[in-house]
Amino acid sequence: MAALLQVDNLTIRFPRAEPVRNLSFEINQGETLAIVGESGSGKSLTALALMQLLPRAAQIPNGRIAFGEQDLTKLNARGMRQLRGRDIAMIFQEPMTSLNPVMTIGRQIAEVLKVHEKLSSKAARERAIELLKLVRIPAPEKRVDDYPHQLSGGMRQRVMIAIAVACKPKLLIADEPTTALDVTIQAQVLDLLDTLRRELQMAVVLITHDLGVVAQWADKVVVMYAGRKVEQALPDDLFNDPLHPYTRGLLAASPRLKHDFHYRDGALTEIPGSIVSAVGETGCPFRPRCNQARASCGHHVPQLIVPAADRLVACPFTTSSKAVPHAAALSH
Amino acid sequence: MPLLSVTDLKTHYKSRDGLLRAVDGIDLVVERGETVGLVGESGCGKSTLGKTVLRLVDPTAGRIEFKGEDITVLDQRSLRGVRKSIQMIFQDPFASLNPRQTIGEILEAPLVVHKLGDRAERRQIIADIVAKVGLPPESVSRYPHEFSGGQRQRIGIARALLLNPELIVCDEPVSALDLSIQAQILNLLVEMKKEFGLSYLFISHDLSVVRYFADRVMVMYLGRIVESADNATLWSDPRHPYTRALMEAVPDPARPRQAAPLGGDLPSPSDVPSGCGFHTRCPLATDQCRAEEPEFRAIAPGHQVACHFSDHIN
Repeated sequence: MAALLQVDNLTIRFPRAEPVRNLSFEINQGETLAIVGESGSGKSLTALALMQLLPRAAQIPNGRIAFGEQDLTKLNARGMRQLRGRDIAMIFQEPMTSLNPVMTIGRQIAEVLKVHEKLSSKAARERAIELLKLVRIPAPEKRVDDYPHQLSGGMRQRVMIAIAVACKPKLLIADEPTTALDVTIQAQVLDLLDTLRRELQMAVVLITHDLGVVAQWADKVVVMYAGRKVEQALPDDLFNDPLHPYTRGLLAASPRLKHDFHYRDGALTEIPGSIVSAVGETGCPFRPRCNQARASCGHHVPQLIVPAADRLVACPFTTSSKAVPHAAALSH
Repeated sequence: MPLLSVTDLKTHYKSRDGLLRAVDGIDLVVERGETVGLVGESGCGKSTLGKTVLRLVDPTAGRIEFKGEDITVLDQRSLRGVRKSIQMIFQDPFASLNPRQTIGEILEAPLVVHKLGDRAERRQIIADIVAKVGLPPESVSRYPHEFSGGQRQRIGIARALLLNPELIVCDEPVSALDLSIQAQILNLLVEMKKEFGLSYLFISHDLSVVRYFADRVMVMYLGRIVESADNATLWSDPRHPYTRALMEAVPDPARPRQAAPLGGDLPSPSDVPSGCGFHTRCPLATDQCRAEEPEFRAIAPGHQVACHFSDHIN
């Protein structure tokens, strides 16, 4: 089966920086791909590139974003408008800033249906109520006339999801969809997203900094650091046997609920420095913070290698802590 | 005598929707050298509690004692002495640093207010503290925007430490930071605690951070404490259904996925449910819970729970 979305060598360039470089990944129908990274990793810009919503100053000097037969980087504004909201939809971290505060949520959902499905106002309103029901908003017939400020944070994110799935998109891009939500509400929203993914056979690109979310919700994980993919793996492999020093550092640095480790037992493992040190680095972007860096790491950017089946890592010196009998090749 | 002792504290706000019970009858003790973690979701009143303890917000009722002295009704002038001993670290260090002052100026202000040292001595105190929190010496002549998030939080910590406080209220000190930076800041807070003999009231929504950082944990819901226990006991034997739900809701790589443990939203603190505040979301709620408010009672030494059915849990 051909991938639903295939990103090849995507570079995003601003006049003075290249926040995303030679990024490749693909996602199949119905699959959840997580892109993990910290601020400055380029993960949100990647999401905006998929939607062709990059700021004006940004260019895509090379790379391809193949969605079905089309290359989104070559599509004109009109063509992209037809895809956006219909075939590819997006939800953001802070629903309050993405919803119109002076328009009822019913009208905001109906708007999408009127534009893309040419529904009448009456039919669109009825569909809006159905969609509110689909995203489990209680008393949807009443809520449809509410304004965003009358809803809680979790409810607003449900409304965003209702708008996003209104036209049954093939691809949903979720940029930190639960970061602004409380942990009990986060669980509800992630449950909902996953149910909808299955019911609608949507592919989901889940952009997050939360490793726990990745472990439990993703089919495949891409780890980004300073604009580059540094590791790709299935979640189990990534958490049981992280290969890139950055991924290892992240997992070691995070306090965990189930780990019986307390400050009286010792300090948390730190990753020294900050991501700022990657600016101007000609070698491996993680070199200035890496505890295993060697002189050769400063010479050039490490290529992605295939250390095991379904895995990629951009570090030549990493060895798995577990034996890998057959390092089968990946397509790329 | 405990360092901080809070009795039946209430902080109510008047709002358009009526009386908002942000903090609604809380007892809290912080012993010397102890870190008390205060966990809860947004809107539970945990930040208001922190601010009330510092008297940044006036309590509606109750009593706050610091080292045995009643500070509940102290006027602003008399509070100054106490403020030297109780400091605060905020979630967003950038918002709490004046963008037009250099770090040196920011750090000098508290010393000037409290009339500590002459110019040269103040400079020395600042240089020492800047080094202690791991910032380069030239930081003092730079402005807040020139620092990364983690470095800004180091500045916030330096400012809190300047006056040699005994208690620091940390309100979500690592929530705005990237994961790779969180560990640096948590480690720094532990080092400073050891070096200065500090006590912390550590407010956070992040259970895994509290798990690592606190000696004792209090779980807050709708303005009240629903469970309180020492760290090890709380994680191994949680007895309030809300505490359990919070723990289950944290996605953990070491555990398979589970269905969302709680439905619904936090009720509004200006329209608190009858009986037990948690009954609208509790999987175990009965008619008794809807009618009768559970007492916050000790079920073991140092372990208190406000639930009618805490004996049936586990």
